[in-house]
Amino acid sequence: MIAFILRRLVQSVIVMLAVALVSFALFRFVGDPIASMVGQEVTLAERAEIREALGLNDPFIVQFWNFIARAATGDFGISYRLQQPVMELILSRLPATLELALVSGILAFAFGVGFGVYTALRRGSWVSGTIMTVSLIGVSLPTFLIGVLLIWVFAVELQWLPSFGRGETVYIGNWWRTGLLTESGRASLILPAITLGLYQMTLIMRLVRAEMLEVLRTDYIKFARARGLSNRAVHFGHALKNTLVPVITITGLQMGSIIAFSIITETVFQWPGVGALFIRSVQFVDVPVMAAYLMLIALVFVVINLIVDLLYYAVDPRLRVDRANAKS
Amino acid sequence: MSQPLLSVRNLVVEFPTRRGILRALDHVSFDIAEGEVLGMVGESGAGKSLTGAAIIGLLEPPGRVASGEIWLRGERIDTLPPEKMRRIRGRRIGMVFQDPLTSLNPLYTVAEQLIETIRTHIDVSEKEARKRAVALLDRVGIPAAARRIDDYPHHFSGGMRQRVVIALALAAEPELVIADEPTTALDVSVQAQIIDVLKEICAERGASVMLITHDMGVIAETADRVAVLYAGRLAEIGPVRDVIQRAEHPYTAGLMGSIPTLTQTADRLTQIPGSMPRLNAIPQGCAFNPRCPQVFERCRIARPDLIAREGGRHVACWLYDKEASDV
Repeated sequence: MIAFILRRLVQSVIVMLAVALVSFALFRFVGDPIASMVGQEVTLAERAEIREALGLNDPFIVQFWNFIARAATGDFGISYRLQQPVMELILSRLPATLELALVSGILAFAFGVGFGVYTALRRGSWVSGTIMTVSLIGVSLPTFLIGVLLIWVFAVELQWLPSFGRGETVYIGNWWRTGLLTESGRASLILPAITLGLYQMTLIMRLVRAEMLEVLRTDYIKFARARGLSNRAVHFGHALKNTLVPVITITGLQMGSIIAFSIITETVFQWPGVGALFIRSVQFVDVPVMAAYLMLIALVFVVINLIVDLLYYAVDPRLRVDRANAKS
Repeated sequence: MSQPLLSVRNLVVEFPTRRGILRALDHVSFDIAEGEVLGMVGESGAGKSLTGAAIIGLLEPPGRVASGEIWLRGERIDTLPPEKMRRIRGRRIGMVFQDPLTSLNPLYTVAEQLIETIRTHIDVSEKEARKRAVALLDRVGIPAAARRIDDYPHHFSGGMRQRVVIALALAAEPELVIADEPTTALDVSVQAQIIDVLKEICAERGASVMLITHDMGVIAETADRVAVLYAGRLAEIGPVRDVIQRAEHPYTAGLMGSIPTLTQTADRLTQIPGSMPRLNAIPQGCAFNPRCPQVFERCRIARPDLIAREGGRHVACWLYDKEASDV
């Protein structure tokens, strides 16, 4: 078990190094950072001075090593555009994105599993038919369109919910600004969370449904019924648990995508998160922010994958014991 | 004769399909007496497993009991509401499936599955249920049961798993056990052990057994009576010695002739020409008539009912119809 975690950690480090290389390559290949930092009236000599000061004339390996060494301590340099430390910028906006991602992830998982189980058990009922049809819309409509539609219906026409921003926020500790504790904060969260989670929800729902139908056909479910176990025990105790391994994989990966793809939702709803920050940075070729964002997303995926692997062990005893047997 | 434990009367099971209704079981009637082992034989697709599924109320949709009656100790069970039928499953009728590798839920320990089953039907504490579970495992011949009970199914070999399956089927002490090909998926070396365990425990508890198999050897050694199914119809039923040694229905005779024996030396086993008809192409009259060596006119026109013979035997064949042979 510990050996397994260690091996996965080593793999994770290798992945992070690869991503670091890509992020770092951005500095060299996405335009000239000096040009976007300074105005036209700056002389060539002054530009060369800045270039030297920023270490842009060092050899590639040295620059890359410096980049990794600093990144490891959370130092991604100064934003070209905002002239603030990148880490500070990202940290100040990370809570907004994480709250949004977490809430929509939980919504997607809860409703996805719920609807998936329901449509699998009540196959052929009109409610299931309706849910399946609506889910098709969820899969096929692009996120920004769903966001705009929701804004139109609930913010413009019905005026129930705010159309943009985070509402009021309060601090937990000295840097985590949360919208979850204020009423306007929670109201502001609803539309973006639905927009961001809808696609994932339909995906999870269809997966759970397919897996459930598969499992319900197995011999051990037949045998469980033949032993007279209640429907509840058969469906939720025996069938659902067996569908969870693939569902956990997909949900985990989707959690990564939710954070990564929050860019679109954050743009539509003017949500002050890291996604919106990234989009602005791309517009201004703010390479340090872009690089840090890439690293952050990679880290999120790596951590989630690690958690998913550990969850397998919790759910499926076959994995646990085969390893123990192999050792003894 | 006292009331039979299980009585199946004119059972018809149908599968509605796009191209019409398929009749998979056609007016099957038989009884199982208290403590009796009834063997159920026939080719694949003859309806053996379906009979078991219909009795325990677990026909896979769209299959359904179209007509007929199933009585368990004088109580009609085929028309019970689902919740009442559920309480009968496991508690009064247990079932053992063919493949022990897939019959157990891989994510729960044997103890969890046994205790869940016991506590579903019998009002006992967790501790008491566990005690019973250990005793059961011990009884079905699992060594160090108290320790192994907390293992997962994948820790057990196929034969051991089938013992666990038997323990699960018997956990709530049912009066009838339907064993659907319980040894087919196992190594030949452990088949006999499993059958012995099943037979012994059922005998000890006075439970009746409906043993579905295509292994005539198992039937000969285990069953008291045997029922022969052909194309969803009962061809012959009677005490196992009589049926095996003096088969009356030409199909049964053919079936027995196709079993190799040690005492006779034959270069070739006899075989029945042709194959069992598909459900959508069952011929008029007796279903066996196109393959029957003793076929005559009447077999092609009318379907024979079960005709009572001496020694408690019944056979569905016009050869044994008194009036017909007199004519």
